[in-house]
Amino acid sequence: MTVVSTTLGLFPLPDDARERLADLKGHQKEDLVSGDESADIEAVYDEARDDLLTRQTDAGLDRAVEGQARWDDMLAHPLAVHENVRTEGIVRYYDNNNFYRDPVVTGDLTHSGDLARDLEKASARTDDLQAAVPGPYSLSRLATDEHYGDSQEFLAAVGDFLAGEVEAFPDAVETVFVLEPSLATDSLDDGEDERAAAAIDTVADSTDAEVVVQSYWGTYGEKLHAHLLDTQVSALGYDLVTAHDDATYLVQEYGTLDSVSLGVVDGQNTLVESPDTIEERIEWFESQIPVSEFDTVYATPNTELFYLPVNKFQAKLRALGAVGGDADE
Amino acid sequence: MSENREQFRPSGHENDQFLLTTVVGSYPKPSWLNRARDLHEDPESEFDDDDWREAQDDASRLITNEHERAGLDVIVDGEMRRNEMVEFFAHRIDGYEFNGPVKVWGHNYFDKPSVTDEVEYDESWLVSEYEFTADVADRPVKVPITGPYTLASWSFNEAYEDEEALAYDLADLVNEEIEKLVAAGARYIQIDEPALATTPDDHAIVGECLERIVSGIPDDVRIGLHVCYGDYSRIYPELLDYPVDELDLELANGDYDQLDVFKQPEFTKDLALGVVDAHVAEVESVEQIEENIQKGLEVVPPERLTVSPDCGVKLLPREVAYGKMENLVTAARNVEAKLDTGEITPDAE
Repeated sequence: MTVVSTTLGLFPLPDDARERLADLKGHQKEDLVSGDESADIEAVYDEARDDLLTRQTDAGLDRAVEGQARWDDMLAHPLAVHENVRTEGIVRYYDNNNFYRDPVVTGDLTHSGDLARDLEKASARTDDLQAAVPGPYSLSRLATDEHYGDSQEFLAAVGDFLAGEVEAFPDAVETVFVLEPSLATDSLDDGEDERAAAAIDTVADSTDAEVVVQSYWGTYGEKLHAHLLDTQVSALGYDLVTAHDDATYLVQEYGTLDSVSLGVVDGQNTLVESPDTIEERIEWFESQIPVSEFDTVYATPNTELFYLPVNKFQAKLRALGAVGGDADE
Repeated sequence: MSENREQFRPSGHENDQFLLTTVVGSYPKPSWLNRARDLHEDPESEFDDDDWREAQDDASRLITNEHERAGLDVIVDGEMRRNEMVEFFAHRIDGYEFNGPVKVWGHNYFDKPSVTDEVEYDESWLVSEYEFTADVADRPVKVPITGPYTLASWSFNEAYEDEEALAYDLADLVNEEIEKLVAAGARYIQIDEPALATTPDDHAIVGECLERIVSGIPDDVRIGLHVCYGDYSRIYPELLDYPVDELDLELANGDYDQLDVFKQPEFTKDLALGVVDAHVAEVESVEQIEENIQKGLEVVPPERLTVSPDCGVKLLPREVAYGKMENLVTAARNVEAKLDTGEITPDAE
């Protein structure tokens, strides 16, 4: 079994970049990222990306993400910068004291290439690149549709859009994490679970990279979980911080894929887990389930890490980095 | 009606009816105070702690007087000494530590503190603020305090089993602070719990916090609870069980679309009604505010109605904030006079 230490991306901005970007961009909603930033703003983002990649390398993580410094609107970013999307008032980001601009889709979700451009830049700096993208279900739930007119059609369109974005990723991307918190926070209707899984399959089908679907703030419903097991993804991710019992039950009862991703570090608390604690949590999960052995266990925080101040974010990276590598049985 | 309300009626009040006029708390800081803070934080500057204290005293005096000039019955100093509603308190409570700013949205951040040890009472939080304000004011002074549930929810919790346990310990500290404020002469305390609006299912935790907060506090001390920006139907009528005299609600911002929530079952507390919007930088006319005040009279009779802005007004331009308060007072006095003559008859008994 191989333990791969990584994250779900969406990092806090390093102090220097945070201050310079606030000065260059401003504090109001019309000042946020639009996709056509000036050269001086782009330069700060490039430096922030390099800084965040260096932090991951220094911490010893097995996969490095681009850091998503430009994602002012968190997981809604890919739509917030799209040419056929208008951003409106700020709305609450899940059950957090965080807000993002409501992206209102007003036209076809054509190919954008925004994510691929940032990953292209990052690929020059690391051989172990991982991408993190919102899942189609969560992204469709974070947005407002004024164009497709039907929630099923909209979900499929968001899936096609994301598949196109992922297809354009550079070859250096080894792993794509598809983040689907809404699969845990929402109760999906009959049929909706199948369509959510189908949209994820569309994304998974668009790349040769390993695709990991990860939900958090709870876990998947049983039927949804079954549909996800039928997709082309390499691994499903479980939040062991907020839902260890429910997640473990799902895997005990219904199994999971050959690889698994485990949210074992609290992405929303400054208390830093020791490498021993992280390893104990992985071992605890393995001890609970009858399966013989996983190909790969991805060890991750349970959420994005932008909730944390920079020093604690860095400390969590180091703790995770210390558990990676091949584990001898 | 709470027995402790009448003490705030000014002597020589012009009308028989009395609608208590006040504010929620925060007020725009004079721009020179922000410049003084920058100087104080600049290690190169000679602007020292004494200079900074003097600047804060001056600002507190200025805004206290500005509130009095507007004609408010109960005033605050606009929270001139406070930076942010969680940070200010966390800096004064043992057990908290600061690690740096975290994002709220876009490029807006706040220094979200971490609770790393059991919280304990150390230095007083607000007694000197109260004493200074009461000394320069001719009117009674209200003391707004961030509530324990919000202090717990908007912190990282490293030390407690859960947020509930942390909130209860913080509630005991708030109780200790109120005892000191009461000893210093304070008779009007407002607990601010904006976090309740985002997690309404926790209303019972807030209720238990309030029980701890008011424990041993004399009945002549008026206790209010301020809640804002939420779906009130999820916390009403449970709010009526809280051991407070007054509930202070933001309703103007939603154009009173949630007013009916409070009509059934009957509203049994005093109502502090938001009658001007804290997020619209335009001063409402006296006539408009009179109409808003009458919305409150659909819920409670005049002797149980307090009139205030929706929320703290610190994000407004200062002249707009002042204009809103001035019109709010004029409108309240007009409604009182119309109630006296019978031109207005209240709906609620």
